Formats: sequence, C-alpha cells, structure tokens
Amino acid sequence: MTERTLSRRRFLGLAGGGAALGVAGIGTAELLTRDEASAVDRTASVVPFEGAHQAGITTQQQDRVQVVAFDVTTTDRAALVALLTTWTRAARRLTSGRPVGSTGAVDGHADAPPDDTGEALDLAPSGLTLTIGFGPSLFDDRFGLAAHRPAALADLPHFSGDDLDDAISNGDLCIQACAYDEQVALHAVRQLTRLGAGVVVPRWAQLGFARTPGASLGATPRNLHGFKDGTRNLAVDDATTTADQLWVQRSDGSAWMAGGTYLVSRRIRMTIETWDRTSLRDQEAIVGRHKGSGAPLGAADEFAEPDFTALDGDGKPVIAQTAHVRLAHPDHNGGAQLLRRGYSFSDGVDRLGRMDAGLFFLAFQRDPRRQFVPIQQQLARTDRLNEYIKHESSGLWAVPPGVGPGGVWGETLFQA
Amino acid sequence: MPRARYVPLAVLTIASLAACGSTNAGSTAAGGTEQGATAVTVASTSDACAVSAASVAAGPTTFTITNNGDAATEFYLYAADGQRIVGEVENIGPALTRDLTVVLEAGTYVTACKPGMTGDGIRGTLTVTGTSTASAPEAAARAKAAADYKAWVATESARLLSGTTSFVAAIKAGDQARAKALYAPTRAHWEAIEPIAESFGDLDPRLDARVNDVEAGDAWTGWHRLEKALWVDRSLTGMSVIADQMLTDTEDLVGRIAALDLTVDQVTNGAKELLDEVATGKVTGEEERYSHTDLVDFQANIDGARKAFEVVTPIVTVKDPALKATLDAAFADLQKSLDTYRSGTGFVLYTALTPAQVKELAAKVEALSEPLSRLTSTVVA
Repeated sequence: MTERTLSRRRFLGLAGGGAALGVAGIGTAELLTRDEASAVDRTASVVPFEGAHQAGITTQQQDRVQVVAFDVTTTDRAALVALLTTWTRAARRLTSGRPVGSTGAVDGHADAPPDDTGEALDLAPSGLTLTIGFGPSLFDDRFGLAAHRPAALADLPHFSGDDLDDAISNGDLCIQACAYDEQVALHAVRQLTRLGAGVVVPRWAQLGFARTPGASLGATPRNLHGFKDGTRNLAVDDATTTADQLWVQRSDGSAWMAGGTYLVSRRIRMTIETWDRTSLRDQEAIVGRHKGSGAPLGAADEFAEPDFTALDGDGKPVIAQTAHVRLAHPDHNGGAQLLRRGYSFSDGVDRLGRMDAGLFFLAFQRDPRRQFVPIQQQLARTDRLNEYIKHESSGLWAVPPGVGPGGVWGETLFQA
Repeated sequence: MPRARYVPLAVLTIASLAACGSTNAGSTAAGGTEQGATAVTVASTSDACAVSAASVAAGPTTFTITNNGDAATEFYLYAADGQRIVGEVENIGPALTRDLTVVLEAGTYVTACKPGMTGDGIRGTLTVTGTSTASAPEAAARAKAAADYKAWVATESARLLSGTTSFVAAIKAGDQARAKALYAPTRAHWEAIEPIAESFGDLDPRLDARVNDVEAGDAWTGWHRLEKALWVDRSLTGMSVIADQMLTDTEDLVGRIAALDLTVDQVTNGAKELLDEVATGKVTGEEERYSHTDLVDFQANIDGARKAFEVVTPIVTVKDPALKATLDAAFADLQKSLDTYRSGTGFVLYTALTPAQVKELAAKVEALSEPLSRLTSTVVA
C-alpha cells in the first residue's frame, strides 16, 4: 500500500460501493486509486491455506476475528486425530470460499440436514484464515502428549492486577478465524464446532473488530482508547526479525514446533468511562504518544523513534517513566518484540450499565518466556494504563507449523 | 490501590503544570511560560546569578532558569525582606532549564541562585512596577484552595495514623472483634485521601494491595492481608509482623504527606481520581472483598472529592456557575442514595445490596463523575 490514509469523504464513497460515488452528501466524485480499489475488493481475496507457517499470523490483518477455545471431551487419541483430519479438510474448503461436506448447503438429501449451514452461500471468501493452537492442558496424560509439551509452553505466571475468569480463559484447543466479513468468520467457526460434536465442546468464544471495512489498509488502526495501536509492530517482511522473534526454530527444542509460534490471548477490558473523563494531557502522558498523530511525545511523525532521554522544561522525561510506549518498547525489554494482531471488542453492557468493551489482545511470538511474560510483568508493575484496563481472560497456545498438500493440522505433534 | 504499582510521585503530577513552587499566595510554578506572562531569564553558574531584567511590570512573570554551572542549583524569589519565599525551583541539574511562573504585585523582591543548593545564594534585587491584572486574586484563590485542601489532608492523615495505631494494637493483642470494628472506620481516612496516599508508589502496594495485585513470588501485606485474616482465616497467626510493618509504613506516609506541596490542579484531578476509585473498586465490591465494607470506603472517597470541590468552589462559582450548580446537585443526589444504606455508625454490607441498587449507585457515580472531570480545566483555565 502506498496510500496511508483514506479521506473521510472518499471513505463515504467507498462505503456505498462504486456506484454510490457522487451521490448526495459527497460533493465530488473521486476516482479510486488502484490501492483504494483493492481495498474494496478485499472480500474477494483468498489466503492460501497451505504453507510453511499457518495463515492468519503474518497475513495482513483482516477486519474481523472470532476466536473459539475448545475443551476436548474424549480421551480417545484416535478420535482427536480424526477430528483434526476432518477439520483440516474443512478448513481447506472454507478458506477457499467453498462450503463444507460433499453436498454443501443445498445439494444434499432433502430429508437430511445440510452438510453446510449455508449462511456464507452468497459471500466471497473474504480473506478467511483459520489458525489452530494447542493449549497447555492438551499436554496432560489423556493423549500421551506430556513428553512433547514444549518448555516454552510454560503456564503464564500471575501478573500484578490480573483478574482472570477461568470460564473464558485457556482451553485444550483454539481456532482463530479471521476474515473481512464477520459472517464468514462465524460461519467457519460454526462448521468446525459442528464437526467437532462428541470430541470437543466450545469453552469460550470472542468476537472482535479492527479497522472499518473499506478503510485504507495502510493506516494504523485506533483502539477503543482512541489511540493508534500497532504503529511499531513486528516487521513481518523481515526474515531475520521473524526468525528471531516469531517462528520457533529447530534449535529451540520440541522439533515438532519448528516453523510454529506461540499465541497469547488476553481479553483486556477497558474501563471506558473513567478513561473518557481523563484529560487529553493525561491520556497522552499515560500512553506516551500524541492522540491525534500517533507520534511519540515530543515528535511530530507517527513513525518517529520515541526519544526516551528527552527532558521537558522541568527536567522530567518528556515520555514518562511509566508511559506505556516506554515500558512496552523493545529497548526496555531486552529487544523482545511481539507480533500483535489484536482486535477491539464491544460486548454490550455489564451489570453496572457500563460498556463491556476493550482490546482482545492476540500476540504471536517465538518464546513467551522471553517475550510476553517479561514485557507483561513490566507493564503490570508500572504502566499507568493499568488504571484504565483489566485483564479478564488469558490463553496460551502452541501454534504448530503450517501444512503442505495433504497435510493435517498438528501432524508433527501426533507423529512425533 | 491503583493497578499500577510503584508509581513515582512525579507521575501523579503529569497533568499538573506545577513543579515545586511554594504554596505562598501569589505563586504558581509552571512547566512552561504562561501566556501573557512577562519573560525573565536567569543564568545560574557557580559564581553568578544573571537575571535578564532588574525591573518588570506587575502581573504574571515567568522566570526561565538555566543552570550553566557544574552542580545542581536552585532559584528563589523572596519578598523584600529576603526571607519570605514567593516562589522557588529546586534541584535544577547542570545544563537543565526550568520555569517558574509567579504573579507579582508591585514592590521590591530578592532573587537568589543557590549553586550547590546550600547557603543564602547569590542574591539580587528585582523591582516590580505598576499594578497587576485581575489574575493576581485568582492566583491567590488557587493557592488558598490548595492550602485549605492540604490542611484537610493533614487532619485526615493524622486520624489515619491514630486509628492505625489502635488497629495494630488490637491485631497484636489478638483481639479480633476490636480489630474488625476498627477496620472500616480507620481505612476511611485512607480512602478519603487516596490519590495522595497512593501517589507514594512504594508505600501504596505495601499498604493497600489486593490479593490479585500481588505478583507471583511477592509478599502480600497491608490492610487487605489483615482483612482476609480477620474475615476469612479468622486467625491472626503470623499477622503481628504485617501489623508492625503497616504502622511503620503509615508513619512514613504521614511524614511524607506533611512535606508535600500540593497545587490546585492536583487537588481537582485528585477529585476525579477519587470518583474513579469509587467506579472501579467500590461500586463493584472489589475493594473490600472479605469484609464487604465497601460503602464506608465509598463515602470516604466521596468526602475527599467533595472537599476538593469545596475548596475550589469560590473559583468555580465565578468561572462556571452552571458547573457549580450541576456538581452541587450531583453530589447531593449521590449522597441521598448513599444515605439510605446507613446502618449504625457505618453502612450496610455491600452484599446486602440488590443488583438494581448497585446499578442505581453506579449511575449516580457516573452522573457526578462526568461534570467533576471538567473541574481542573475550569479552575486552571
């Protein structure tokens, strides 16, 4: 993408589709640039399912997510492996925009329920990706996997301020479904859940949204605090960086995970109401960035490197010691980075009549013990943002490598 | 306690314009040159204090002090007697520049740089002519508000120490009934001044951490550890050490509060933070999860916020009478609801509230919090 932003006026034109350009309320019809046109066509995109790594990790972040965690209800290893085979076959079809089953949604026997539930019948592939992860609990004694539990899949410690609800945390398996259309993501999860009956049962699910469909892919999305989030994300195009920070290497032990990665999921509730009452000055001091431009405090450009040594007229750091951007920065975490791929969520109101909204944090990394854990320990201790957020759920997942033609999710583990 | 632990005091004042100005009438220390202020530069070296003007017009004046020496320096502005401090900037490191904004009335003043931060300093005379603009009484009103609040905080902190002394004695004597009776009424004095108490980032987690605030491997101490011992464990075994530490920490806290310089925006931001505490900790029942005495804390937080509003009321009345009226009504409305839950000298337990009652209280907290969050900008504008 060369265009970073799309003006509101252009956006309105896009939202109505090409034919709407020039309608009342939009003063001037504007021609779409090639990039903007491709933004409109994203629902037509197909992300290849097969590869050295699973899709949905370095894939350009889609607009919508549904993550579902499952508990395995059988103790029969063969039944679990059979389900993973079935799921992989279904995932190949779903990600290419096809219905599941041999007869799909409407071509089967009229007296039988359709193989596919049908709500994606008229919808494009929408860049759907399906990504599977294995939770620490899968490596207990039920399936003979204990010896294969990677050291990096160590249970996360309790972080200061954690207020976790077990009912929406952890699980044996998880599926991350990302797409440019929420119904396509939901459809995929629904098919996999149905195929899993008798073997797995959903434990929790979380829907999320990122940038508005039609908005430019290049602009950094804003989170529900109103700040740009993800300005300094992991450089997924840089092979040295991804080898160092993202993909499990053969030398890391647990050879079955080579080419895989680890996912940490955290439902981070924002206390929207108290944040909204905080002065702009304070909000920017807490985050360490300007709200409008996204630039680090003291700079004008969003992508400028934060100057952590700069002092203000009172001799105090321009970016406070407790500012989020300082504490989370690789320079203050031994170089550790995360590939953040989080989504905002808004799940109605709580029992006190407050917005139940926040960030569904999803971060991929090579080793949580070197990356998420020390970073989050530092944030949990000193980040002033903690006054306005609460970690309500936690999940840790071993995301196995991708599959080749004919391959099955988790084959490296179950054949190890 | 706040979820961010170890927050240094400086951070609490990020929203503040103030660095370390004295609370003498007519003085505010500012982080930047105030609009409309007369600019005066001061260059401090080991043997000189070069002030750019010998005479200025009355009104807001910003001194920009640059330390060109090798040692940390200070800048003082004294009244004509050379003793009463009108404004000061302490601990300016070499090569650093700091600002001090004061509102000056006509008269003679004494300037002083103190390289090495000792002695009487290198002194000079500054003459102020004419009459100040209307901002002088306003600055005085702000300073008075801060001073009034500080006096109230001192009273509350003294009560906190006295109550803590009795509470600790009861714990050490193994008198669970007395300790339980003293718990909530004593903590109320903490809750009333919570934004100030918790601004000491090392003391707050030791005194007020809830169990989930404690990181794996760290010791859990303070009020809520004893709350659990009294209400859940019903055993004080091993609690004497916790109690002793709590008293030591509280004495430390009270000493530090006495030495604290408060500015008016800290006072008004503190009111907002007190309501945040109610919204996130008390109305949810999370703060006192074993004793369920959350409504006592609730009242104390509101008392602290109302005191902050009271001390700035003369300013708000002039600048935004509608805001004053709104806040008066919202405080009264919330208090009316809270009063229906009074029981004896305290309140009913949080667990006695129905979901609808909790929701009604939460809605009134929101109704008060929204206008209250505009207090600072109104007062400092």
